[in-house]
Amino acid sequence: MDATAPILEVQDLRTHFFTQDGVTRAVDGVSFALEPGETLGIVGESGCGKSVTALSILRLLPPKLSRIVGGKVIFEGTDLVPLDEPAMREIRGNRIAMIFQEPMTSLNPVLTIGEQIAEAVRIHQGASQKDALARAVEMLKLVRIPDAERRVGDYPHQFSGGMRQRVMIAMALSCNPKLLLADEPTTALDVTVQKQILRLMLELKERIGSAVILITHDLGVIAETAKRVVVMYAGRVVEQAEVTALFDAPLHPYTRGLMASIPRLKHNRARRLAEIPGIVPDLRTPIPGCAFAPRCPLATDRCREAAPPLEDQGSGHFAACWEAGRA
Amino acid sequence: MSAVLAVDGLVKHFPILRGVLRRPVAWVRAVDGVSFAIEPGETLCLVGESGCGKSTVARLVLRLDEPTGGTIRLDGTDVTALDERAFAPFRKRVQMVFQDPYASLNPRLKVGQIVGEPLENYEGLSGKALEERVAGLLAKVGLRPEGVGRYPFEFSGGQRQRIGLARALALNPKLIVADEPVSALDVSVQAQVLNLMMDLQEEFGLAYLFVSHDLAVVEHIGHRIAVMYLGEIVEIGPKQVVLDEPKHPYTRALVAAAPIPDPRAKRDTLVLEGDVPSPLNPPSGCRFHTRCPFVMERCRQETPMLREVTPGRRAACHLLDA
Repeated sequence: MDATAPILEVQDLRTHFFTQDGVTRAVDGVSFALEPGETLGIVGESGCGKSVTALSILRLLPPKLSRIVGGKVIFEGTDLVPLDEPAMREIRGNRIAMIFQEPMTSLNPVLTIGEQIAEAVRIHQGASQKDALARAVEMLKLVRIPDAERRVGDYPHQFSGGMRQRVMIAMALSCNPKLLLADEPTTALDVTVQKQILRLMLELKERIGSAVILITHDLGVIAETAKRVVVMYAGRVVEQAEVTALFDAPLHPYTRGLMASIPRLKHNRARRLAEIPGIVPDLRTPIPGCAFAPRCPLATDRCREAAPPLEDQGSGHFAACWEAGRA
Repeated sequence: MSAVLAVDGLVKHFPILRGVLRRPVAWVRAVDGVSFAIEPGETLCLVGESGCGKSTVARLVLRLDEPTGGTIRLDGTDVTALDERAFAPFRKRVQMVFQDPYASLNPRLKVGQIVGEPLENYEGLSGKALEERVAGLLAKVGLRPEGVGRYPFEFSGGQRQRIGLARALALNPKLIVADEPVSALDVSVQAQVLNLMMDLQEEFGLAYLFVSHDLAVVEHIGHRIAVMYLGEIVEIGPKQVVLDEPKHPYTRALVAAAPIPDPRAKRDTLVLEGDVPSPLNPPSGCRFHTRCPFVMERCRQETPMLREVTPGRRAACHLLDA
C-alpha cells in the first residue's frame, strides 16, 4: 500500500435502526476518506448521524436494534463491515481507538485508572501486567497528569472532568492507534478545560502519527482543529471541503444557514441572528429528494423529487445541492 | 428609576452533613458576596464555568433557595426575609425559564394547562377568558393555537423552550431569570429562541438575568456581563468593554478559550492550567491565584476588592493597582 493511500475510506455507508415505530435511516449513504495523519472534522446537529457514523466504523452499535445495511468501511485496505466480532476486537482500542463525550460514564467506576489503561495494552500488545502498568504511568505522564505514579492507583471518581478526559486520551492512545475517533470529546467540559484538552489531543496525535476524526456540533471547535470538514444533515453528507474553503465560502444552503445562525464573539454587527426555519426531518419517513429542501430558501421542485449527489464544485470542494451554483 | 432587581452581598453556603445527627462538617461556599443590579428592560448575563455559583445566584433571586446572607430587592422592596405568603405578590414579577426543556415541563399536562396554570393561580382566570389569554401567549412565542391540546413530548426542544417562555410571560413579569435557556438546543434552533427572547424584551420591556457559559451567546443577548469565579464576581460591566478589553485575567482566559468559528482568526494563546478548584475550600487571597498566569505573592494572601477600573466596569484584581 503506498503512503498516500487513504487510511480509511467510508463508501456509501447506510446504518438503519429498527424500532417499533419503523425504520430510522440514521446514516443514509455517507462517503468520505481520510489520509494517514489527517484531522477530519464531522459537524452537524443532533440526529444528523455523525455519532452513528463513528459507531458504525467501530461496529459498536446495538446489534438487535441496528444494522449496517449497505456500504463499506475500508480501513488499511480491509473492509470492516463483514468482519466477525473476534476480528473487530483485534482492531478496536488497538488500531482504531475512540474517545467518547462523557468522561463520567465511559470509565469503569470500580477499576483503578491504571488497570483500565493497562487492560488494552495487555490484551493488544501481550504485555505483562507489570509492563502494562508501567505503560499506564507513562501514558498518564504524557497527558500531563501530575503525580502519575501515585494517581495510577486512583479511581475515576477521584478525578475531575478534565482529568478524566485526559485519562480517556491516555487510554485511547496507549496502543498507538492509526485512527482515533473522538466523538464530542470536549462538549461536557468547561471552555478553559476544553482548550487544554483539544491542544493536548492534537499534539499527541502528531507525536503518535494517528489520523483523527473529530465529531462535534461546534463550528468553533472545527475551525480550530480540523484540516478538512464533512458537514452532515439528516444522515447524509451535504458538504465536504478544506476547512478554510468551507468557512470562506460555504456552498450548501444548510452550511450557510448554520454559519449565519451562530453567535460569534466580537463579530456581531446585527443584533438579530439568522434563523434556519423549521426543524430537522423525521428520519423514519423516506426522503426522496434533498433532506434540507423543506427548510431551504432555494428549494425547487427538483430538490423535493431527487436527492442531489455529492459533487465536486471546484478544487475539491464538494456539495450535495442542485442549486449550489446559485445564491 | 429604580432597579428591577438589586442584590447586595448575596451569600449562599450549603452545608455538607455527616453522621446520624446530620451535623454540618463543611460548607460549600457556592455564592460568596455577590452584588449587582438590573434596570428595567436590561439584560445582565452571569457567566462562568461549572461550579462558579451562577445558577445558585439565579435560584436565590427566584427564592428557590434561602440565602445565607445579603439582601435581594425587587423594585426597591427588600424581599429577602419574606415568607412564602408575603412573597407571593412578588412571584408574579419574577419568572423563570430553565435549561432543560425536557425536564421543566410537566409531561402529564397539556400545553394549555402548563401555560394557563399561573393565570388560574394568580389571576383567577377560567373558561373563555383563560383560553383566550393562553392562545394569545402561544401566538406571542410563535406556536400554533392547536398546540394547547398537545402534550410536551409532541414538541421539539426549541418549541418546548417557547412553551417555557409562554408560561414565564403569562403573569406579565418585569424580570425573567433564564438559566442556560439555549444550551440544550442545536445552534439553528438556538438562534430562533435568542431572537424570540430579544423580541419579547423589546415588546414587554422585560429585564433578563441570563445565566450562561457561552460568551458568544452572552455577547449577543446581553447588555452587561458579570463574570463569576468560585462564588464571586471578578468583573462586571458593559458587554463590549468586558469582552473586548477584559481587565481580569480570568475574563481574558474565558474570552481566549471560546472557540472561534473562523480558521483564519488570530487567537489569544493564553491557556489556563488545571481545573476550577473546589468551592468547598476556595483558595486564599484571590480565588483565581492557583490558575492565574500573572500571579504575584500578594495575590495568595490578600483578597482583591471589586472596584471601578473604567467607567461602569468593575474588576477585582491586584494587577490593576500598578
